[in-house]
Amino acid sequence: MPDAPPKRKITLTVNGREYTAEAEDRYSLADFLRHALGLTGTHLGCEHGVCGACTVLVDGEAVRGCLMLAVQAEGCQVTTVEGLANADGSLSPLQQAFMDHHGLQCGFCTPGILTTLTAYLRDRPNADEAELREALSGNICRCTGYDTIVRAALAAAGAMREGGQP
Amino acid sequence: MSSTAFVGQRVKRLEDPDLLTGKGRFLDDLKLPGLLEAAFVRSPFAHATFTRIDAEEARALPGVHAVLTAKDLPSEMQGRRILLQVPHPQITYAVTQEPLATSEVCFVGEAVAVVIADGRHIAEDAAERVVVDWEPLPAAAHCEAALKPGAPATHADRADNIAGRLALGFGDVDAVFRNAAHVVEERYEPHRGTGHPMECRGVVAVHDMAGDAFRIWTSTQTPHNTQRAVIDMFGLAEDRVRVITPDVGGGFGPKNQVYPEELVIPAAARLLGRPVKWAEDRREHFLTTTQERDQIWDVAAAIDADGRLLGVKGTLIHDAGAYLPWGIIMPYISATTLPGPYKLPAYRMAVTVAFTNLVPTTPLRGAGRPQAVFAMERLMDAISKATGLDPAEVRRRNFIQASEMPYDMGLTYRDGAPVMYDTGDYPEAQAQALAKAGYDDFPARQKAALAEGRHIGIGIGNYVEGTGLGPFEGATVRILTNGRVAIYTGAAAAGQAHRTTLAQICADELKVDISDIDVVGGDTGLMPRGAGTYASRITVNAGSSVRTASAELRGKALALAAAKFDVKPEDLELSHRAVRIKGEQGDSITFAELARMTSGMPGYALPKGVKPDLEASGYFTPPQATYSNGSHVAEVEVDPETGRVTILKYTVVHDCGTVINPMLVDGQVQGGVAHGIGNALLERMVFDADANPLTTTFADYLMPTAEIVPACDIVHMESPTPLNPLGAKGAGEGGTIPAPAAIVAAVENALSPFGLRITDCPVTPQRIVELIRAAEEMSEEDTP
Repeated sequence: MPDAPPKRKITLTVNGREYTAEAEDRYSLADFLRHALGLTGTHLGCEHGVCGACTVLVDGEAVRGCLMLAVQAEGCQVTTVEGLANADGSLSPLQQAFMDHHGLQCGFCTPGILTTLTAYLRDRPNADEAELREALSGNICRCTGYDTIVRAALAAAGAMREGGQP
Repeated sequence: MSSTAFVGQRVKRLEDPDLLTGKGRFLDDLKLPGLLEAAFVRSPFAHATFTRIDAEEARALPGVHAVLTAKDLPSEMQGRRILLQVPHPQITYAVTQEPLATSEVCFVGEAVAVVIADGRHIAEDAAERVVVDWEPLPAAAHCEAALKPGAPATHADRADNIAGRLALGFGDVDAVFRNAAHVVEERYEPHRGTGHPMECRGVVAVHDMAGDAFRIWTSTQTPHNTQRAVIDMFGLAEDRVRVITPDVGGGFGPKNQVYPEELVIPAAARLLGRPVKWAEDRREHFLTTTQERDQIWDVAAAIDADGRLLGVKGTLIHDAGAYLPWGIIMPYISATTLPGPYKLPAYRMAVTVAFTNLVPTTPLRGAGRPQAVFAMERLMDAISKATGLDPAEVRRRNFIQASEMPYDMGLTYRDGAPVMYDTGDYPEAQAQALAKAGYDDFPARQKAALAEGRHIGIGIGNYVEGTGLGPFEGATVRILTNGRVAIYTGAAAAGQAHRTTLAQICADELKVDISDIDVVGGDTGLMPRGAGTYASRITVNAGSSVRTASAELRGKALALAAAKFDVKPEDLELSHRAVRIKGEQGDSITFAELARMTSGMPGYALPKGVKPDLEASGYFTPPQATYSNGSHVAEVEVDPETGRVTILKYTVVHDCGTVINPMLVDGQVQGGVAHGIGNALLERMVFDADANPLTTTFADYLMPTAEIVPACDIVHMESPTPLNPLGAKGAGEGGTIPAPAAIVAAVENALSPFGLRITDCPVTPQRIVELIRAAEEMSEEDTP
């Protein structure tokens, strides 16, 4: 009979709150966030690193939650879709732009797209359409055909340039 | 507030705030106390038999609660297969899947056992330890080869692979071919792809021993079909099986089926007395979720000297895959869609539905229509080549005119009613699309581009699509004692924004804001009957039910208030969630008060003729399908070196009757075109000679991305239908249906210097380079 899978306690900060929880070494960060911490806003679309639905920010960088092990996030600052809204709970400019421009339909890929764009627009607030399309090319959306997502991102970039946060 | 403050407006979605902040509740997000998780043991062979499953080691693994094979399932399930959803008299062998295979598997991925464990990881560990004594059999890997004498049988006990035959048509086909000025003959081969909603399938089941009752959450387009299948399998009264759809992360057709997991997981929950969840992963989705599009069309068109169609005849082979969960209705749709917007004096199509050892095929966004439109539109392009007429002109000469509506095509549709086009202006749709696309200037653009060494091309795709199919979809509209309005509908949403659309329709009737309305869909406990979200039918069916029920509820609220104030209903109006006397101040009664009075308030007697509760229900039953239409024009650039296709411009003229929310219809069209681009250029399920799937990740099976899909230039025409109170037609699939035809035509046009023809799709970069090389070799052979 094989040994029980090895596990350990992990401490990390998610959306500004510190969590300590147990995880098997083999758990992906996405599984850990969803099932150990109950943060189910991060979605798994392919679990092989192509679709981008599980994208979260780890120390500010967009990372595929299915390709990173939970144990690698020890001590990290993680941001998920649950942590993108403004402090008062209102939608961030990027979230608001998605609502205004119909940037989502079923909403399953949306958390990964929002996190991807949050990091991208923070670093490149002047991104043009072609750059945004390239930035989005690692996120698959089956519903929208992308155009409304691009419009939303351009609108959010505009709002950012006027001083807001993504 | 005007009478249509909401209908027709670009109203923002009620669904969005939750989905944008991680508060959506999808299947795998559900948490229940004591929840166990499942993993399935699946066949690694496309065709095999087995006699023994050894699960001893798997059962011994810590954390494993059970390993169930077919013989471990409850007695009600023994010897049973899943309920056939769409019976048809022409089906030769009406075979659906067993919940778990008992002795034979007929495609890679078919389940033979399920492990139930504390978590998915352990369940998968255990599934790997289940040993099956497979005896591989020869497999039918392709639908055409499967029909040849001596081909391996998909099902070992069958002599052949014929799943069904259909013959349909009208007119004297033989005579028109005898008298034709030209005959063009072509073979078209659209290939198999799949839906790939970003959320895979999944099921959670809870069983209550008291009363033998199930609660089942499933990521489906059709909770009522799941309920019917569970009732059928377990022989239960329908009140014992409640099926609920959580948020569903896309459907596109394949989630309109009932799958083995939706029966096995409830069975496991009952056997173990614990809630059980199965969440499909993407690999399982590639292997087991239904697919579509493999067809072979051998078609000929007879035309007169002016390029007018005299007749079309041919044969169609449709790949059913291994089972017939949805019967043979899809090739029937294909065959009835082929004539499209064109006048066709004579037509004959012989359809053979072939079993193969591949995952079953069922309707996928477009449901047999993209292939039919591909065949017809490519045929129009072939006629253009044969006659020297411009492709647009060939189509123009053959259009059904707006003045000829309603137009009886001469066929019977899948709902048993005639294929009777209700409204639409097909010549105008194409004219507008060509104008928007700059079609007249294109030859000059093409010449200039070629002078620079760039290959650009243009292509047209026209279609007519039966939508809004019956039999019905229902809605209950209720004013609650908290003063809010609730809409309950059987229809389950998977991204289409039913909450917003249905609230828009209701809000205009009840003069409330859409934020005052809560819409709950896809719960069999709240709406006892329903069909499902397929065939672009929900706005027509559920929307019309909401309109009718809301109007009735409005009348009821007015009657109650009229009795209370002792005035006539005409003296009252609805405003701000209250009924008030027109032109006066003060006398009004809120919706909340009216609801309390009618919901069983002790001592309050209902006025004569008013039924209890402040609600109204209805099931809209359309008399026949309503036909949407459109014209697409694609302009592309092709790099002959790499085979890369860039879509430079994509124009859509789309007519779905009255538009409830233009923002949402734009979204459906743009998203539908993206799917069509996948079908045209990228998406192909590839199988080897033994029927093993070779494309089982998103690295092998390419989905359209933001860099590939352009912004479509979308024009709405509105030809309201008289067939429902909204005047609406379906909008969910028209973006996809003509896109492969238009794009492939454009690619062929761009490569016209090479003199090649493209008769299959997707036309991947590799395929384009192959076609160019073949054409070059051919021309070298021709040159001495």
